[in-house]
Amino acid sequence: MKHTLKLAALALALQFPTAHAHDVWLEPSSTVLSKAAYITVAGAVGNDKFHYNHAALRGVAENFSATAPDGTSVAPENLMNGKLRTVFDLNLTQTGTYRLAVVNSGVMANWKEGEQTKRFRGNAETFAKEVPIEAPELSVNESASRLETFVTVGKPTPIKPTGLGLELVPITHPNDLFAGEAASFRFDIDGKPAAGIEVKVVRGGSRYRNQLEEITLTTDADGKFVVTWPQAGMYWLDADAKDDKTTVKQAKERRLGYVATFEVLPQ
Amino acid sequence: MRRLLPLVLGSLLAAPALAAELKLDIEVPRLTVAEYHRPYVAVWIERPDNSVAANLAVWYEGKKRDAEGTKWLKDMRQWWRRSGRELEVPIDGVTSATRAPGVHSLSFAEGKNPLGKLPAGEYRLQVEAAREAGGRELLSIPFQWPPQKADTLKAQGQHELGALSLELKP
Repeated sequence: MKHTLKLAALALALQFPTAHAHDVWLEPSSTVLSKAAYITVAGAVGNDKFHYNHAALRGVAENFSATAPDGTSVAPENLMNGKLRTVFDLNLTQTGTYRLAVVNSGVMANWKEGEQTKRFRGNAETFAKEVPIEAPELSVNESASRLETFVTVGKPTPIKPTGLGLELVPITHPNDLFAGEAASFRFDIDGKPAAGIEVKVVRGGSRYRNQLEEITLTTDADGKFVVTWPQAGMYWLDADAKDDKTTVKQAKERRLGYVATFEVLPQ
Repeated sequence: MRRLLPLVLGSLLAAPALAAELKLDIEVPRLTVAEYHRPYVAVWIERPDNSVAANLAVWYEGKKRDAEGTKWLKDMRQWWRRSGRELEVPIDGVTSATRAPGVHSLSFAEGKNPLGKLPAGEYRLQVEAAREAGGRELLSIPFQWPPQKADTLKAQGQHELGALSLELKP
């Protein structure tokens, strides 16, 4: 009995990527610029947003992209994977809004081979090759997540939705946020408004206060929600969802994650 | 008679000979700090819905190499979001160099750049200052346009701006 419980716990732990145990973030050095410039961006994993006390963000070299206002990509420069944070520079040469995103998707599976539990993490292609679909106790899940932030040089430009996975669609421009003002956004799943999504918003600097002061909101019937920023600061926003729109037949569930960083300026 | 009065008044206001004027005294305070840089200052007129009716003045470091001085324009945060980010500096008749501590007088005539023609209504004069290695301050003076009578409206800054006086001449 104890044994089965342990296995169940292990299976559960495997289903949830480690990123769920702690939160992830990207932190840009500037979000509003009046002329073309370099910025530095940090990424990390941890509980205390924008305090680098747990682990660096992995997978930046593979999964990060910065989309310039004209739709082209900007490559990160001077990428450094530290123990506690990942850092890189971005040369922002165009006028308009840049979208900085780490996009992950994958298939996770575990099954039994005799007494042994086997695990798999990869994409749909490698899944088909490496996972024996007849294996006993095969459990398969898919995940798709987006971690992002926005930076504007000069006049903000519209952000084109990708139509993929769980995604925030700005109604208020994410580089036009001010303390005391309300900002509206919408959550989409695969390009369609997602109602009833729970959204968590936490201001950075929690080390210097006693309460987390987390704001919890839910998207309405049109997928929309409104945040009134209580004060200036760097804010972390998180939402999760799941559905059964999997690409791999054996997968039961698709887990969708979204995290963004927004800078709110004082009036 | 009742009907006639607004008509007469209206035609009087439309007469170009009676172009209204707006005079402004902005005090840049003298600060005793180890590292002093002259503030960037933006002066503009806003409608009640926060939209910009006219940009009157922007003082910034325009002479630096590679337009390095434009890097800090965004620090005049409200001006930047309301119109600064939409503009290309320098702007003839609007932008000029930063100014030393003291009182600086500016005057603007209706129908002439950069004030232009303001439709009758409620407005706010906005003056925002941001200083390198210093702070930021925004002062606001609400007024009616065109002015019915000569009037002087005042505001007092606490940090980056000193006394602000807006003289309205019908």
